[in-house]
This record gives sequence, structure tokens and C-alpha cells, in this order.
Amino acid sequence: MPLSEMPNLVPALPELFLAVAILALLMIGVFLKSDTADNAMRTSRQIWMLSILTLVLTALLVLTVSGERLYTFNGMFVTDQFAVFMKILILGGAGLTLLISRDYLEMNSMGRFEYGILCIFATLGMLMMVSANDLISLYVGLEMQSLSLYVLAAFRRDEQRSTEAGLKYFVLGALASGMLLYGSSLIYGFSGTTNFTVMAEMFAHGGDYAPSLGVIIGIVFILAGLAFKVSAVPFHMWTPDVYEGAPTPVTAFFAVAPKIAGLALFLRVMTGPFGDLVDQWQQIIVFVSIASMVLGAFAAINQTNIKRMMAYSSIGHVGYALIGLAVGTETGVYGVLVYLGIYMFMTVGTFACILCMRRGERMVEDISDLAGLSKSQPLLAMALTIFMFSMAGIPPLAGFFGKFYVFMAAVEAQLYGLAVIGLVTSVVGAFYYLRIIRVVYFDEAGDPFDKAVSRPIAFVVTLSAAIMVFFILYPALLLDPAAAAASALFGG
Amino acid sequence: MIQALAFYMFAFMTIASAILVISSRNPVHSVLFLILAFFNAAGLFVLLGAEFLAMILVVVYVGAVAVLFMFVVMMLDINFVEMRQGFLQYLPIGGLVGLILASELLTLAGSWIISPDASRVGAAPIPDGVTNTHALGQVLYTDYLYLFEAAGMILLVAMIGAIVLTHRRRTGVRKQVIADQLARHPADTIELRKVDSGRGI
Repeated sequence: MPLSEMPNLVPALPELFLAVAILALLMIGVFLKSDTADNAMRTSRQIWMLSILTLVLTALLVLTVSGERLYTFNGMFVTDQFAVFMKILILGGAGLTLLISRDYLEMNSMGRFEYGILCIFATLGMLMMVSANDLISLYVGLEMQSLSLYVLAAFRRDEQRSTEAGLKYFVLGALASGMLLYGSSLIYGFSGTTNFTVMAEMFAHGGDYAPSLGVIIGIVFILAGLAFKVSAVPFHMWTPDVYEGAPTPVTAFFAVAPKIAGLALFLRVMTGPFGDLVDQWQQIIVFVSIASMVLGAFAAINQTNIKRMMAYSSIGHVGYALIGLAVGTETGVYGVLVYLGIYMFMTVGTFACILCMRRGERMVEDISDLAGLSKSQPLLAMALTIFMFSMAGIPPLAGFFGKFYVFMAAVEAQLYGLAVIGLVTSVVGAFYYLRIIRVVYFDEAGDPFDKAVSRPIAFVVTLSAAIMVFFILYPALLLDPAAAAASALFGG
Repeated sequence: MIQALAFYMFAFMTIASAILVISSRNPVHSVLFLILAFFNAAGLFVLLGAEFLAMILVVVYVGAVAVLFMFVVMMLDINFVEMRQGFLQYLPIGGLVGLILASELLTLAGSWIISPDASRVGAAPIPDGVTNTHALGQVLYTDYLYLFEAAGMILLVAMIGAIVLTHRRRTGVRKQVIADQLARHPADTIELRKVDSGRGI
């Protein structure tokens, strides 16, 4: 191949760096001594540190490459402001969840170096998803992410619940991938291309091409596959079981990074190639959004396990985020981006608190175990209160603004029903978030948790809580990039 | 003439060995006939000018899948006599599936007769003057470079995943370490004792 035919590698620099770094870390992990338990622990800690460093460096690279819309690899890979925004969120979410995972792993004899490597592998897949500009590259990125996540879910292989979670996730995830592929094949068959740019031109209004039934059925299948990956309602069944069974740091990772990547893909696919077919898919998204919000609000009420409750809560949050997509305009996408930015910190902070629920070196997961936290660890109790208030969407905390922008977009697009249902389910959702606060402050105190909170967890809790509280003082830090990203998605 | 002869030979052998796969009593023979069927199908691909597909068929199916079958047949204790007992019971549903498959195949074959152009649309054009392996390589490493590399990374994930989930460091395994064996000195391992005759140690 002559040099002139070499694809332009600059737009994909972050992904390339991450891929090479993964290979290097793998080598380091394999060749460092891990013959005894102590040595294995040391190796895993070194790889853990290097993984976080890799993510930070990748984020810096993403920022330096940012700019106008660039295509490369024969139009299969795209980078723009939207991709940059999403990648930063994903890298941030992955880095923070990796940061809080160390103590859990070491305490539960999961201290193997592959954990960090699989996490950044999944992150690489997510970055590729966000930058996908072709049905095949979409699938390849998605599959890289999913495969790593299946393994992570079953990472605690000696425990039945963890392996069960991994198996369940794998079987259902494979089914969802199958649906996505079937939809892709239909779309390819009826449009003759897999490239998003070509598709967007083909389906654009004023073109001589009217979407055939096959294309619409294909879009429905792709929607089903994507809805599974973000656990939106008719395809949410796996979420509570997997969230409960997987090791807690893995659950934290699941709740943050893949959700953001999945929603990014949703936005890219629906507004990009199928942007002008909004009439065809809008009702589906509206239905999925409403169903997710309602189920997320009502099913969480009865939960006693806090990880299960967070699973339903995350289903609800996906519902709120999808409101913005259902609107299908730049304002709507802007709302989703703001929502995701806030959701990331909120969820990471909450899971960092959950990781502190330890009694005598054992994790406890029941909501009732939180009783008396306000007396034994007042600072942690306060942070948890902030996160719960924020999740419920109570002003002036950041969570309120996330919902506010999404609902505003719905009202602007005159989707009043969606906005009203969103408000009602927020109120219902507030019930179970506030119940946690009640347990923390007013219930009869049980045995206190272990006092020792490690430095990474304390850092993440403090950072997230501070962002929740002080977001109102300087919101432009999130709002301006989100606006630029949203306009990049529509500006072409 | 020779081509037609070769075609009928390969086709006949494929069908015959496929029938033997399902009719032979010994599962090991079934697997061996399956391998024969794969080889003959590969021959058919060569006749079609799809030599890359033919090689892949041999490498992947004979090299990996058939060997896997062999392992399963030989290592798992499956009672094949027992498995065949439900034959009559499952005959209706099996027959239905077969019927549907046959009718679909007939529809497909019928479309060639109805519109001879249809099959030409499906076939991707091969650039003139190169073999199809060459043509595939040309797009695989240029246009689809990104996907090729990404697929490699996915396979790496699969490999890491399999090792993470199944590999265990067992204690008490006696491995042969040749360096240790060579480094042994006779003085460390052999003890010479003078034994008085008729006494024993």
C-alpha cells in the first residue's frame, strides 16, 4: 500500500493510544510477578494505577484532537464536538468507577490485574461506539464493549450470584446483538449502504427516496437492540439481576459508562442517518421513554437491596434522558447531554457511598443496613443525602437541572404528555430516594459500618457531592460544551 | 467435460457422506464422514472460482470445528442409543422444519428460473486480473482496515475473558522444570553408603 493511501490516523488518535496502551498493560501485567497472593495484589494495584493514568492521558488526547468534524478510515470513523463531549464523559465515568473499585477488589480476593485491563477494554469499545459512522463499526464497537462487560459481570467467578449475572447478561446481550444485526442487515439490504453519511443523504427530505417498509422495520430492530444495551423498558429485564449479582464496583461501572455510550449511540444513529425519518421512530422513543420512567419509579419502591434499587433508578434515568431524544431537536439533544453529564457524577458518587457499606470486612447491601449512618459517619450520610436529593431532582442541586432542561425541551416541542408524565414519575421517584434519607437519619441505629474510608473513595464522594452542590454557581462549565456538542450533531 | 465430471464427483460425494453422517451408528464415524463432506464442499467452491472460501472451509471447519466435535464425542459420555429413542416423537416437528427449509430452497432456486438476472445482482464484482483471495486482501487491509483491527481486539478480549474466567493456579502441581533438573548435582541427590554384608541398612 503506498503511503498516500494510508488512512488519516489523527482523528482516531485517542482510540489508537488506548488500544496500544491496553496491549502494553497486558504485557506488564503478565510479566510482573504474581506467584503469591501478595505479589498478585501488588501487580493488580500497579495495573490499576496505570489503567487510570491511561484513561487520563486518553482524555487529554481527546481534548487535543477536538475540533471540527473529521472522517477517517474510509468514512467509518467520525469525530466531532459531540464525540469529544461524550468521550470525555465516558472516560471520566470509567476513570472514577475504576478509582473507587480498588478496595473492594482487594478485600474480596478479586485483586487480579485483568480487572483494570477489561475496564479499559470496555472503555475503548465505548469510544469506538461514540465515533461510529457505519453500521459495521457501530456493531464492532458495541461488541467490544459488551464482551468485556460480560466478563466483568462474572469476574467474581467463585460466587454463584456473580457468575449467574454474567451468564444472564451474556445470553440476553447476545440476543440483543442479534436483533441489532438483523436490523442492520435489513437496512443494508433496503438502502444498499452501511455508511451513516450516505444513508443520511438518502433518507433526507427532498431526496427521491421514500423510506420503504424494510428500512423502517430495520430501524425498529436497531432500536430494540440499542434499548437493550441502555436497559430501556421493554428490554430492561436483565438489569436488576445483573446489577445485584455483579460485584459492586462493576455495577457502578455498568450504571455509568455503558449507559452514556449507549445513549450516545442512540443520539448519533437516530439524529444522524435516520434524522429525517423522525416521524417514523418518534412514537417508539416516546413509548420507551414513558415506560422506562414509570417502571423505574414504581418498581424501585419495593426494593430492599440498594443495588437493585439503583438498577431501577437507572432505568428511570434512561427514561428521562430519552425524553430529549424523543423531541428529536437540538434543544432535546442538549438536554440529554446535560442530563448525562450530571447523571455520571451523581451515580458515581452514590456507588462510592454504597462501597462504604461494609461491616466487619463484609459488604452489606440492604437499605435497612444504612440505619444510623448519620450518627456513626455524619459526613458520608450528608454526601448520600445530597446524592439522593439530587437524584430526586430537588433544586438547587444539579440533578434538578438535568431534568429541567429535558422537560423544557419536551414542552418546547409541545410534547406536553411526555413532560407531565416525567414530572409525575419524578414525584413518585422522590419517594424512594427520600426513604433512604429517612433510613439514614431517623431509623433506629444498627451496628455501625467500618469506619475506614479509603482515600480514593473519599475523593470521589467529595468531588461528586461538591459538583452536585456547586453546579448552580458555575453551570456554564457543563452547559457550554453540551451546547456546542448538540449543535455539532445537527450542524453536519 | 472434466469440470462437469469433477462437479458430479464432488456433489455426489458430498451428498453421500452427508447421508452417512446422520445414518452411521458410530458417532466417531459420523464426524469422519462430516470431514469428508467438508472437503468435498470445498472442492465445489474451487470449481466455482471461490478458492478463498474453499481454503477457509478446510481450515476452519475441518481444522477447528470437526476437531471440536471429535473432542466432544470422545470426551463426553453421551449415550447415543438413548438419544435416538425419541426419534419418532420428534419426527413431526423435525419433518416440519425440514419441509419449511426445502420449500425455501425451492423458492430460491425458482427465482433463478424466473429471473436469471437476479443471481448476478447478488454477486459482488471481483476486480479483473486478480484472484479472489488477492481481491479480498486488497479491501481488507485498506478500506476495512479499521474493522479488521477492531475485530482483532475483540478476539483479544475473548481470549482474556476465557483465561480470566477459567484459569486457576493450582497448588501441588508437579511441573517439569528442565533447568532445575540440569542444575542438580549428584552430591545433593545420591547418598553412598557402605553396607556390611549380610546386615542391610
